[in-house]
Amino acid sequence: MSETLISVENLSLSFPNHPVLTNLSFKVNRGEFLGVIGENGVGKTTLVRIILNQLRPSSGEVRLKDGLKIGYVPQFRNVDIEFPLSIKDFIALNFTGIKLPWLSKKEKARIKKVIELVGLTDIANRPLGLASGGEKQKAYLGQALVNDPDLLILDESTASLDPNTKQELLDVVLRLNKQLGLTILFVSHDMQLIHKYPDHYLWLRKGKYTTGAMSDLHNENQEGQYV
Amino acid sequence: MFELEFMRNAYFAGTLIAIVSGMMGVFVIARDMPFMAHTLSEIGFAGASFAVFIGWLPLNGMLAFTTVSSVLVGELSGSVQSRREAVISAISGLFIGMGILFLSLSSKNSSYATSILFGSVIGISHHEVIQMTFLSGVILLILLMIYRNLKDDSFDSVGANTNHIHRSLISIVFLVMLAFSVSVAAQIVGSLLIFVLLTLPAASAKYYVHTVAKMMGLAVGFALFGVWVGLYLGYLTNWPVTFFIATIEAVIYALALVFNAVRKTSL
Ligand SMILES: Nc1ncnc2c1ncn2[C@@H]1O[C@H](COP(=O)(O)OP(=O)(O)OP(=O)(O)O)[C@@H](O)[C@H]1O
Ligand SMILES: [Mg+2]
Repeated sequence: MSETLISVENLSLSFPNHPVLTNLSFKVNRGEFLGVIGENGVGKTTLVRIILNQLRPSSGEVRLKDGLKIGYVPQFRNVDIEFPLSIKDFIALNFTGIKLPWLSKKEKARIKKVIELVGLTDIANRPLGLASGGEKQKAYLGQALVNDPDLLILDESTASLDPNTKQELLDVVLRLNKQLGLTILFVSHDMQLIHKYPDHYLWLRKGKYTTGAMSDLHNENQEGQYV
Repeated sequence: MFELEFMRNAYFAGTLIAIVSGMMGVFVIARDMPFMAHTLSEIGFAGASFAVFIGWLPLNGMLAFTTVSSVLVGELSGSVQSRREAVISAISGLFIGMGILFLSLSSKNSSYATSILFGSVIGISHHEVIQMTFLSGVILLILLMIYRNLKDDSFDSVGANTNHIHRSLISIVFLVMLAFSVSVAAQIVGSLLIFVLLTLPAASAKYYVHTVAKMMGLAVGFALFGVWVGLYLGYLTNWPVTFFIATIEAVIYALALVFNAVRKTSL
């Protein structure tokens, strides 16, 4: 029996006059690759924000394993073409805290490692503002990895990418999952991707949801419930 | 030139100003706050005229006014970016109005006001140099302490949300540091043009280098160049030092934009 990292019980959240999540229960176990799927506006980002403790649920609870370290790649980022920091310096931003300003040897080594993991070694010194969409997503991923999290949450990281770049990014994520045992929570509205990569799914729909192993989703889909 | 005590004071003070403004400027630009820097300059003027009115040192009046107004701006605009500019307008209107009032009420002659507004090389006393040194030290010390969090909050506000950083505290602390910097810089450059040193060197540096540390270094370099050359030209010509500093920094910025445009087309 593997260890539970997140356990969500009877979770509901309503914005004023607008119920978003109702009575949601599921678990995320260590090593899992969970795909959270659903149409635009169904509440995926809201769920993530509750897990990150940025939003309080109306009822129910979310329990995180003690000391759980979460790496998060948000859906939106304010990085424009004049964003000056290099990919490397951007990744280093996540080394926060009231500490000496300069990075320690260990921190530098970690940055180098992470840049290798996401495959940006060749362009690590390029300003992030000039990087392509796919390179930017890899840099965001690298930043989320820098503090060596147990769980990685990706919110629509592939939404703006072309099919090849999508695959490339997800191959990186899959490697993190399979080789390093990193637990993944992958949020997307892309049904094809969800079929291909995650081993579990959580499918949010208006007022209801289904969850299970990926093989169940194949069956569900054959009943033609998803457009 | 260095036989003159006031020139020695001016060079020393100018060097401090350039270091502080160059480093702070990188965050002013990253946080998209040139307007705030500009406004704090004007509020500094109001504070100085208040000080003249009640018989304080101008620097103390500046510190008081800029600090209070920057905390007010921080509290009132909260985390809502789009509200910030309007709040700044309101607060600065209020304070500058008071500045004009105090100036007209006070008995000091108007040359005093122009030296505050336009800056003055002769005006810097030994006492003020000591106070500026102390203030600059405080600013740099706080900067070193909160450097990592300030960097994250300034360059990646979305990411900083999940990094357990007290963002509203960082934002207030930064505004107070900015208020101190403005008050320090006003001593030579004059309150009308301090924002030049707090924005242009950093805005230029970001086209040449791509780490926060290097941007701070280069911005300090650009600021030092402007201040040193400006003081020298002012000494030679007897024209206002501020004119030279502002012109030099504007030229540096223009060159940076050209550099960026050329690099883009040649990529
Ligand atoms: N702070 C808020 N106040 C009121 N309503 C909100 C708030 N945040 C989100 N909502 C609403 O909650 C619903 C769910 O939003 P959410 O961002 O979670 O959707 P999503 O599933 O992530 O959509 P997308 O696929 O477009 O990212 C939407 O209808 C949205 O308008
Ligand atoms: Mg979303």
